[in-house]
Amino acid sequence: MYQYNDIDQTLIEQRVAQFRRQTESFLKGHISDDQFRALRLMNGVYIQTHAPMLRIAGPYGLLNAKQIRKLAHIARTYDKNYCHFTTRQNIQFNWPQLEKIPDILEELASVQMHAIQTSGNCLRNTSSDHLAGVCIDEIEDPRPYCEIIRQWTTLHPEFAYLPRKFKIAVSGAKLDRAATQFHDIGLHLVNNDAGEIGFRVLVGGGLGRTPIIGQVIKPFLDKKHLLSYLEAILRIYNLFGRRDNKYKARIKILVKESGMEKFSELVEKEWLLIKDDLELPLDRIEAVKAQFAPPAYQTNAAQDASFALHQLENSAFATWVKYNTADHKIAGYRAAFISLKAPDSPPGDMTDTQLDAVADLADQYSFGEIRSTHRQNLILADVKQADLFPLWQQLDALKLATANIGTATDMICCPGLDFCSLANASSISVAKEINDALDDLDYLHDIGDVKINMSGCMNGCAHQSVGHIGILGVDKKGAEWYQLTLGGSSENEAAIGERLGPAVAKDQVTHAVTTILDVYIKQRLDDESFLDMVKRVGINPFKEQVYANN
Amino acid sequence: MQIIKDKQIVDDSWSFVADDAELKSGDISVSLARWKEDKQQLLKSNGKIGVRIGPADSVEDIAADLNDIQLIELDFPAFADGRIFSHAWLLRGRYNYQGEIRATGHFMRDQVYYLSRVGVNAFSLEKTEDLPVALSSLNDFSVNYQKSIR
Repeated sequence: MYQYNDIDQTLIEQRVAQFRRQTESFLKGHISDDQFRALRLMNGVYIQTHAPMLRIAGPYGLLNAKQIRKLAHIARTYDKNYCHFTTRQNIQFNWPQLEKIPDILEELASVQMHAIQTSGNCLRNTSSDHLAGVCIDEIEDPRPYCEIIRQWTTLHPEFAYLPRKFKIAVSGAKLDRAATQFHDIGLHLVNNDAGEIGFRVLVGGGLGRTPIIGQVIKPFLDKKHLLSYLEAILRIYNLFGRRDNKYKARIKILVKESGMEKFSELVEKEWLLIKDDLELPLDRIEAVKAQFAPPAYQTNAAQDASFALHQLENSAFATWVKYNTADHKIAGYRAAFISLKAPDSPPGDMTDTQLDAVADLADQYSFGEIRSTHRQNLILADVKQADLFPLWQQLDALKLATANIGTATDMICCPGLDFCSLANASSISVAKEINDALDDLDYLHDIGDVKINMSGCMNGCAHQSVGHIGILGVDKKGAEWYQLTLGGSSENEAAIGERLGPAVAKDQVTHAVTTILDVYIKQRLDDESFLDMVKRVGINPFKEQVYANN
Repeated sequence: MQIIKDKQIVDDSWSFVADDAELKSGDISVSLARWKEDKQQLLKSNGKIGVRIGPADSVEDIAADLNDIQLIELDFPAFADGRIFSHAWLLRGRYNYQGEIRATGHFMRDQVYYLSRVGVNAFSLEKTEDLPVALSSLNDFSVNYQKSIR
């Protein structure tokens, strides 16, 4: 993975010093709440219900063992012994003290990490495919381009005070695992007719209050024009994006209100004026690519016979392999998911002990690297098949081997009312209740691929509008109610879920979800997936049952 | 009144003339609307001429006049209005403006570094006692990932 050079290191250290100074000025009363708010947000610091929340960047989800150990240390020293992995591959601490945050940032800088632009109305952390570089359906590894974009976005002087936040995602595979159609800019590495690889550029996608699927603005962009094209889009957005209403300030609204034709005309005109000055030299691309060279895979890994044998002898292991591992481009290797969705643990949370143990496992079995996923789990991406059995045993002992990846209990869930000052309703407790109701693994596996996403308010941090089943917490006269949607998807055939009917009370959510799943079990055709069935029959069969007693 | 100009604290010779006030002698700046309205009269004045631009103005509107203008004030109504940053970039990067570009209004000390990187070379702060710290903020970083405009 990418290693910092002197410039990278100097920059984050100077950023820590700057933020220390800003925090001290604020604590002494020299700058206003409003001013400090903008400054702290651009360094990932929110003021939440109980304490400040610090969001740390996980650049395109890639972390090494040393960094994971540092997160464990921070959890122990500055927080309550745990951290939380987010849907944009970042890491959150819920209990740091404001005056200690500069110290935390200094600790992070010592392992090439930072919290720069993880919130605020600026260019955010670039996210990507969690199986980048190892998956079998890849056109090209997106990570070098993510790193190039990371550098370009970091402390960009012109685009630090945008109308609203701005998120970029890059996918290099045929299957979109990075929800690129729901980002302000989505980039897909694609082949053109001449067989060259470049980017298909999408713009104006987004979730939140107004979910919109991004549209193609450039079907094929030569790689050397990557940064000039991004700059052209950002300049048009910065100049013309709405600033009068924060709910209409995202680029998706600008694209929608101006129309794609007009918007792309503006971008094209701007781009033609700057593209020759901002070319990305091939040798720079190659130099960054070299930092993502494949690790030293063993050529005889596929010859191991123990893997097949263990699966025959141990059905729990076989089930884990089926659900929690993914195909790898190198024979004899698999990518192993670490499920952060154990029944009794809040989705995406990890303790310091688990973090330290996972760092050791990464060193032992996966070249010292760990990835975080868009669905709030971790991955050891390069595990030899012979190592999967001992890895599973150790993960199991750590409660990190729940065989539920891609199933109904692999829920995306925001912190909700328990931590977040924006939330209208709790999500963690509802997730736990759903989890308890679906504790029969055979039943869960029979249901198969169902993505449940639950947010505690319409800001939609848990992407409920693209959940196969979406659950949105709303406030009704001081009580917590939940709006259900069906049929959303953030993958290739992107779709926004359709509203099932009136919101249900908190104590009815689990019943509604299990009712929906029962309708599916009873009415599915052969091996039809949940999403396919919703597409075939629409929402009515589900609606009739969920609201049967009303 | 003092300002920061070209990384030094200096006395300021300019004054801004509001749209409803009489033009006066010396180095004066006026709004973009006034410039358009009274351009011919302004060009005859004995002092230097500056134009004040707000976030909603279009830099393109004065692109043809830049040789006649010695100062452009980029005026922040609120610190979060980032259009100013693109205006500065366009003035220097696209229209090759060589005169003084000055940030005025409600911006923060913590923005002067970014402003300097998009071509702003002068800063008029709300409180002159903040000038020394703002000056030091021009050196917040010694390295960058993007090209500076000048």
